[in-house]
This record gives sequence, structure tokens and C-alpha cells, in this order.
Amino acid sequence: MNYIGKVLKYGDNIDTDVIIPARYLNISDYKELAKHCMEDIDPSFVSRVKKGDIIVGGQNFGCGSSREHAPITIKESGISCVVAKSFARIFYRNSINIGLPIIECPECVEDANEGDKLEIDLENGTIFNYSNEKTYKIMPFPKFIQNIINSGGLMEHIKTQ
Amino acid sequence: MGMTMTQKILARSSGHDNVTPGMLISAKVDMVLGNDITAPVAIKEFEKAGVDRVFDKEKIALVPDHFTPNKDIKSAQQVKLMREFAKKMEISNFFEIGQMGIEHALLPELGLVTAGDLVIGADSHTCTYGALGAFSTGVGSTDMAAAMVTGEVWLKVPEAIKFTLTGKPSEWVSGKDIILHIIGLIGVDGALYKSMEFTGDGLEFLTMDDRFTIANMAIEAGAKNGIFEVDNETMQYIQGHSTKHYEVFKPDEDAHYVDEINIELSKIKPTVAFPSLPENTKTIDEIEDIPIDQVVIGSCTNGRIGDMRIAAKILAGKKVNDNVRCIIIPATQKIWKQCMHEGLFDIFIDAGCAVSTPTCGPCLGGHMGILAEGERAVSTTNRNFVGRMGHVNSEVYLASPAVAAASAITGKISSPESVML
Repeated sequence: MNYIGKVLKYGDNIDTDVIIPARYLNISDYKELAKHCMEDIDPSFVSRVKKGDIIVGGQNFGCGSSREHAPITIKESGISCVVAKSFARIFYRNSINIGLPIIECPECVEDANEGDKLEIDLENGTIFNYSNEKTYKIMPFPKFIQNIINSGGLMEHIKTQ
Repeated sequence: MGMTMTQKILARSSGHDNVTPGMLISAKVDMVLGNDITAPVAIKEFEKAGVDRVFDKEKIALVPDHFTPNKDIKSAQQVKLMREFAKKMEISNFFEIGQMGIEHALLPELGLVTAGDLVIGADSHTCTYGALGAFSTGVGSTDMAAAMVTGEVWLKVPEAIKFTLTGKPSEWVSGKDIILHIIGLIGVDGALYKSMEFTGDGLEFLTMDDRFTIANMAIEAGAKNGIFEVDNETMQYIQGHSTKHYEVFKPDEDAHYVDEINIELSKIKPTVAFPSLPENTKTIDEIEDIPIDQVVIGSCTNGRIGDMRIAAKILAGKKVNDNVRCIIIPATQKIWKQCMHEGLFDIFIDAGCAVSTPTCGPCLGGHMGILAEGERAVSTTNRNFVGRMGHVNSEVYLASPAVAAASAITGKISSPESVML
């Protein structure tokens, strides 16, 4: 399955507090949470994001608190994929566990600009940027992690065990 | 190839003779932890699995500590969900208000975690228990749910960085200054995906409270875990707090480290992390006058009895500055009682501080001390991200209890020495 969307670009060390501030963590309705996605770093995110869009971040994306609300909120807001130079480890595993595709690709991040159109092909391991017409190679997930993704997340995966 | 402390625990818990960095393993957990923010999401996921029991009633801890005592109706609903789940699943380690403390101070105090354990918690500061020689790491709610079903967790065996601590820290330098110094040195992703392994002759000068603070903030350098070599101090703590079986793992002589960093403790000065990243550190002598509005002394990082005693030593006979609110939060009921019996509360209250029941509250901008627009806080907590303690245009300066207490007195970021003439 390919993901096609426009880029919403952010810098390094985007922490989970700015992805979803703690003041909203008593909310259990994910649609309600999504109304506050990225609020403290980009108040216009919610009005700009379109289904399928792709967040592009710098180094250490998703650092800080372990709140799974962060990838849940991103997914619920309509974002199809997150591409970053590197991910904080808890955010990485949370995204895998809930089925939000995340990709490390520093070269793509370096070149991508706000509003660029990207096409991500997980099967063949490529990202194509329509704006500069460049193709980037991405590393495939290890088989262990691919199995979790193929099952539709960790809870579905353990049911198959 | 030899193994590090972390690698030895992971090998033992996954049934391997040997593990190497990069290996993906499934490991048995000795304790699974969740709080009032993360456990409700985990419980929802658990229920999807369609099982009617948890893997082990004794190996799950549920601690409602973030928005508690419940700050509003939504928070009360979340805790109610946890409470009902604990009852239904007969989970013995659910800690109600009155027994509850901040999770990472509470679990070691109750002896629920010990040396050699493999602990996961749906809270990033779960890495705190590395101070006891445990492998302990933060995960998300789905990981917690899966572990409550299976008793296992998937992990990638991390590479390691060895930190050799040498010498003796000077009088007003504590665990907080040491870890802020290290994060300033290596950056907020300086140990990304790696384990931070602490050893060296300087350990003998670090109390368990210092070590809990250091391990607690390993996550702020991006680390998977922080772990201390077990010594006499650790053994005394474990024997005084836990009856659980423990296991001490020493690193092999030929264990591989991707980096080895020496930290001379005697050269470290009181250190403050400026907004909005824990790596933006300055030593106290580099800081010009920065007026402040609030001081918070508490949290899973610095709410232990040692922290309270240092704050009291500095605040004794002095007054909090008229422009400052000083909020002190002992991390557990036991610490609270100790403070009371040692007369620390007299000192705090006479100085003009507010003393709170245990809660994470202000650290994450939850409640009990939220910052308004443009306000600045000196806080003994662990994160100074944008909007962390309140308004998006408020500022958090991370510091030790000594610096925080001194700053409360002067109304600006200050060294302990400046008020202890």
C-alpha cells in the first residue's frame, strides 16, 4: 500500500508534550484528542491537515513522555505516515504497536519542504518526492516488527501467537 | 563477546545464553507498571484481547499519581476505570489515595522492584529502577496491555555507553547536577536507543537518592535504560526494603561499549537546564539574574527524603521571596511522614512554602501549580519542554533541590552557597 500526501514539516526534538499537551490527557475520546494535535508547536496544524498528509520531522522525533496518546492523536488527525531523521524509542515502539507507519530517512527529511507531495511505498522501500522528483531508499523493517505491522498492531499480533 | 549489565539481564529474561546488540528478543517481565494517564488506554487494549485474567496478579502495579487526587471529573473517571480493573483482576498492587505515592519513588520504597529485575512501565521515567541494578524501561500503553496478557515484552538489545564516575562531588552537588551535566554533554539524543551503564569509584559518594535521580533522567538523553553497578549502598537499600529474590549482574571485563565517558564528579558545579530542552545546561556561575515566579521541589526525579532534607537545610530560618510561590511535594506517604517527624514541614511552612500530598501534578502541567503566560519556574522535575508546566509561553528551569530552594529565597536563579553565608 502506498501513502500519498503533502508534507507538514517540523524541526528536531519534537516532544510528545507538544504533540499532545498533558492538559488533554484526561480525555479518552481519540477524536476529541485529535482536535489538539500539535497545538503547542503549531496551532494551525488541525485546520491545515488533510487525510493522508505526512509529518516530516528532524532528529529524536517523539521524545519525552511515553504517552501513547501522541501517535494515537497523530493517526487520528488523518496523518498517514511520519518520516523523520530519527525517532525517540518509546514513540517508535508505540507507533509500531498501534499501526502508525514511521520511517527513518534523513536524506528525504533534509530535502523535503513544507507542502511537498510525497509518495511512500513501504513494500518496495522507497519515498518519491514529486516536488524535486527524487526517489529515496528506505530500510525495510526487521521481520519481527513487520509481523506486528502485518497483524495490524501488537494486540492483534499476540492473538495470533 | 562479553556482556554489559543490561545485556546479561536481557539474556537471562529471554532464555538466551548470550545476547548481542540489535537482537530482537521476547523477554519475561518481573513487574509491569501503569499510571492514571497510561493504564486506562492499556485497559482498553487489554479488553480487546478477549482474555479474562492477567498473567500474574502480583506482577502488575497500578499507581494513580498524575492527575490525583483527581483534579476534575474526567480524571476521576480514568482512575475509576483503573480501580475497577484492579478489583476485577484482583491486582494487589493498586495504590489508592492515602497509600499512593509517585510511582517511581513508591515501587522501590515498597520493595516491589529489585536488583536483576526486568521492569517495564507505561511511563517514560520507569528507567529510575536502574539505580537498583535492574533493567527497567519505559514503554507505551499497548506494550503494557500485551505484557499484562502474556507476561512478556519485545525488546531490541541495546548498545551501551559506559559512564565511569570518579572522585567526590563538592558540597552542593547532587545526583541532579550530575545527570544534567551528562545530558548537557551528550545531548537529548546522545544515548538514543542505548543503555547508560554507570560505574566507577565515585559511586561510593552517591546516595541511593542521588542514583535514583540519575537513572530517572536517562530517558532525557534518549536512553532505553540507565543502570548502576550494585555495591554495598545498593545492597543495604535492597535489604532494608525488599524481601523479593534479587540477582546481581556485573559487567564482563570484555563487555563492549560504543562509547566510554569519564565523569569527574569533583569538577561538576550546580547545573541548571534552560528552556526548552534538558540539554540546554549552564553551570550556576554562568547564570545572570533571572527573576522567577515559582519553585517546585518534588517529582519522581527529586521528591525523596534526601531531596527534602537538602531543601530544608537551605530554607531553615529563611523566607521565600515575596515574588515566588514555593510548592513542595514529598513523593510518597512514607517520605511525607518522615518530613513531618524530622520537623521539615515546620521549616517549609515557616519559610512560606506550600506542602502538597504526593502527586506528579505540576511537573507535567497537570494541576497543583500551573504557570501563567510569561511566568518562570525553577523546578526539580525532569522536563522543560515548551508548555510543559503550563502556558505555552511559560518557562521551566530544571535544577537540584538545593538550587531550587536557594532560588525560592532570592527570587532569582541562585546558587546554594549564595544563601548559606
